Amino acid sequence: MRYGMAIDTKKCVGCSDCVVACQTENNVPVGYCRDWIVENTAGTYPKLELEIRSERCNHCDNSPCVRCCPTGASHIIDGGIVVVTHVDCIGCGACIQSCPYDARYSHPEGYVDKCTFCHHRVENGQNPACVSVCPTHCMYFGDLDDPNSEISKMVSTRKWKVLAPEAGTKPQIFYLV
Amino acid sequence: MKTTRREFIKISSLGAGSLALATPSLSWLGGNEEPMDDTQAKRYANYCEVCFWNCAGWAYTNKEGKLWKIIGNDVDQHSMGRFCPRGTGGIGAYYDSDRLKTPLIRVEVDGKQTYKEATWDEALDLVAKRLMEVKRKHGASSVALFNHGNSGKHMSHLLRAFGTTNMGSPANAQCKTPREIAFGATFGHELHSPEPLDIRDTRCLVLIGSHLGENMHNGQVQEMSEAIDKGATIITVDPRFSTAASKSKFWLPIKPATDIALLLAWMNVLINNEWYNKKYVEKYTYGFDQLKAYVQPFTPEWAFGETGIEPQNIIATAREMANAAPAVIVHPGRHTAWYGDDTQRLRAVAILNALLGSWGARGGFYHPAQAKVPKFQTPEYPAVEWGWKVLSEGKYRMANAGITNVLVDASHPEWKNEKKIKAWMVIGSNLMATIPNPAYTLEAIQNLDFMVVVDTMPADITGYADVVLPECTYLERYDDLRVSEHRQPNIALRVPAAEPMYESKPAWWMAKELSKRMGLGAFFPWNDYAEVLDFQLKKLGTSLEEFKNVGVMNLERPYEDLYFAEDEEAEFETNTGKIELYSTAFEEEGYPPLPVYTKHAQPPEGYYRLIYGRAPMHTFSRTNNNPLLTDLMDENDLWVNPKVANEWGLKNGQYLWLQNHHGVISDFPIKVRVTERIRWDSVYMVHGFGSTNKKLTRAFGRGISDTQMISEIMLDSETGSTGMRGNFVTFITEDPRKEVVS
Repeated sequence: MRYGMAIDTKKCVGCSDCVVACQTENNVPVGYCRDWIVENTAGTYPKLELEIRSERCNHCDNSPCVRCCPTGASHIIDGGIVVVTHVDCIGCGACIQSCPYDARYSHPEGYVDKCTFCHHRVENGQNPACVSVCPTHCMYFGDLDDPNSEISKMVSTRKWKVLAPEAGTKPQIFYLV
Repeated sequence: MKTTRREFIKISSLGAGSLALATPSLSWLGGNEEPMDDTQAKRYANYCEVCFWNCAGWAYTNKEGKLWKIIGNDVDQHSMGRFCPRGTGGIGAYYDSDRLKTPLIRVEVDGKQTYKEATWDEALDLVAKRLMEVKRKHGASSVALFNHGNSGKHMSHLLRAFGTTNMGSPANAQCKTPREIAFGATFGHELHSPEPLDIRDTRCLVLIGSHLGENMHNGQVQEMSEAIDKGATIITVDPRFSTAASKSKFWLPIKPATDIALLLAWMNVLINNEWYNKKYVEKYTYGFDQLKAYVQPFTPEWAFGETGIEPQNIIATAREMANAAPAVIVHPGRHTAWYGDDTQRLRAVAILNALLGSWGARGGFYHPAQAKVPKFQTPEYPAVEWGWKVLSEGKYRMANAGITNVLVDASHPEWKNEKKIKAWMVIGSNLMATIPNPAYTLEAIQNLDFMVVVDTMPADITGYADVVLPECTYLERYDDLRVSEHRQPNIALRVPAAEPMYESKPAWWMAKELSKRMGLGAFFPWNDYAEVLDFQLKKLGTSLEEFKNVGVMNLERPYEDLYFAEDEEAEFETNTGKIELYSTAFEEEGYPPLPVYTKHAQPPEGYYRLIYGRAPMHTFSRTNNNPLLTDLMDENDLWVNPKVANEWGLKNGQYLWLQNHHGVISDFPIKVRVTERIRWDSVYMVHGFGSTNKKLTRAFGRGISDTQMISEIMLDSETGSTGMRGNFVTFITEDPRKEVVS
């Protein structure tokens, strides 16, 4: 079992629904977020291209945040989901520094927080909140180890890229381009 | 200096004692509790009121019974189980601590106007008394209602009973009237909401100034994504590289205000190359020969001179549409009040669809169906002395609903007609940010005998009210069943998921309470709105209690007529019974029966056309203080082409003020966004920002209100709608309101 996500940049309109759905689902305080939108424009008028991406923790196979955590609060659970156990976290912020994706933030309650792939939903057979709300259906979540899963099919049939591959973190979020 | 009669009051009322206990805890937002399993959570049926799409969904409460999240209802045709960011963030409307909390009455203390917190009895007694006074002095028709949304319906029922039909909604004259009239004249059927567009099965979607994806018309955005998956071609016509443009095979970066030239050239190409749907045109339409002769001068080469779009691109896109036909949609748009010839432009859009045979075709426009819901019997409304049509003085002869801006005219001191508007009730409609030229609207307000505003938030309009009535949000009240036109007839239910916060109340309750005080109690023969819903649902074979568990019901279509069958005979509700390429109705009323292209003014040197639009996370000014949605976007910015930025030495992120070609200077500054995505002759901003009400702690003074900068109003001669895209602005880099110390 290896959970991952594929996000179709050809369909994403950058509406930020994934951001709000995550905030309400996970009680993320106002002013903070676990996922966010990035827009890149290239070219000059009228020869232009626009790429829109919904970004979040990449749940890396080779995760620097887990390696550098002094207390073990940051760890990997079943399915390769990187989580932070809030009560074990001392809020030192080493993981925030180590993450090439800037995916973690200091929660006002004193611990570090980030995307959990909504494992509380995944355990119930539900999709993460961001995936299940997306109006463009541009996100696919599932088991990369299962060749018949929707995500495996997407990743095997579509052109994709990952973010900051040079960091060697083996990210598990694939952007379909 | 003359003091204005209605000083703007920033809802900082006397006796703020009750405010302290009324501060809502945002603990759900700041809590660190682990999210719960939502299959175990309680949920309440609702349909969203953050925008007019009215998506049905479920409001969930958490372990403490507090509102937690809102999720789409899977069987709902509007939402298809997925809310847009505004709907998802609707929970923030409930928790917003800046909400209106108690009724407020304008009083004068030590020469200064302020609001006094009032009890409901005090406030309602006063509203009833003042409206009855106006009725006695000037007649019931002199009371106007400005409304929007589902709660507005309760007040329109009250005021119909009171004796006035002078009612207008910015959703018409500031938005979709030109489209409704044009499609009605052509196909005998208006489009309504949601529009019957079969986007999911289209092979070609043509967007003209419509920025789907930035306007989150939920079902359409979802279907556009599905169409992309299925390989549909998208053609976008926009001076701005919109999100939709970035998903398009063809982006036609048109010179603003020349859309009709392009539409006529497309007709020319389709007709002269015989690419139009001949069988369909012959069978269903009227006036093809006149149209053919009429479009001859409008060649692609001619259109290039007007629009700046290369002839070969005009031809290639026409070919693309013809190849896809009839599974093609030339999108009618929604906000269509642009240049004052808008009904003409939308007629051109309708005609183009007719030439392609898309009306009644899979992948084009489907035939919508609507459920029949029994009415709760109330007495007949009284006859009115005079209605809104009188105020048009023979103009705007195609208009089919009250024209907001004409109601404003009829309230203004310069209005000469003896039929006048003397009092306003405004519900859910922030007129200062919807009707252009708010300075003029304010003069009209100052001339009124009385104004009552019903809203959930202290909006710009609220500060000018004599009485403010705080409405609870859609998450805290019952309302009418949603009975929309769609592929399948359907109904959706709204029930409260929480008790109304503070002293706020539902509009149905206010209307009923006012009716008692105005001798109109017979029109409200129920105690609670739940009674009305239960009555209706029982007639439909269910009950309120039962329906709470499903929220939405889709019914079978009475006939299998979603699309025309092969060679089906059809009669259209027009004079000729045909689709009217040549409009006999327009001809009868003295309007051009074939769409006319008018050359519009272009910006003078140093000025730029002000274009405005939507952001996916906001609905007009209605959401501009929502804590969840301001978290995503808390001000608008001004899109400026890099060439223009260079000329002016503007830097990305700097703030500047705007001045329009009439000399109107913006109240607030706006942040510059230097981007290639906008033409050099235009600037762009998102509508709904620059709020003037200090009580909106997140929205006050953030960005510029496009509405404030629109003082050139290009009235649509057929409908009286306010064309708003003929305003030109220039930049002021130093604060124009800075006091000069001499």
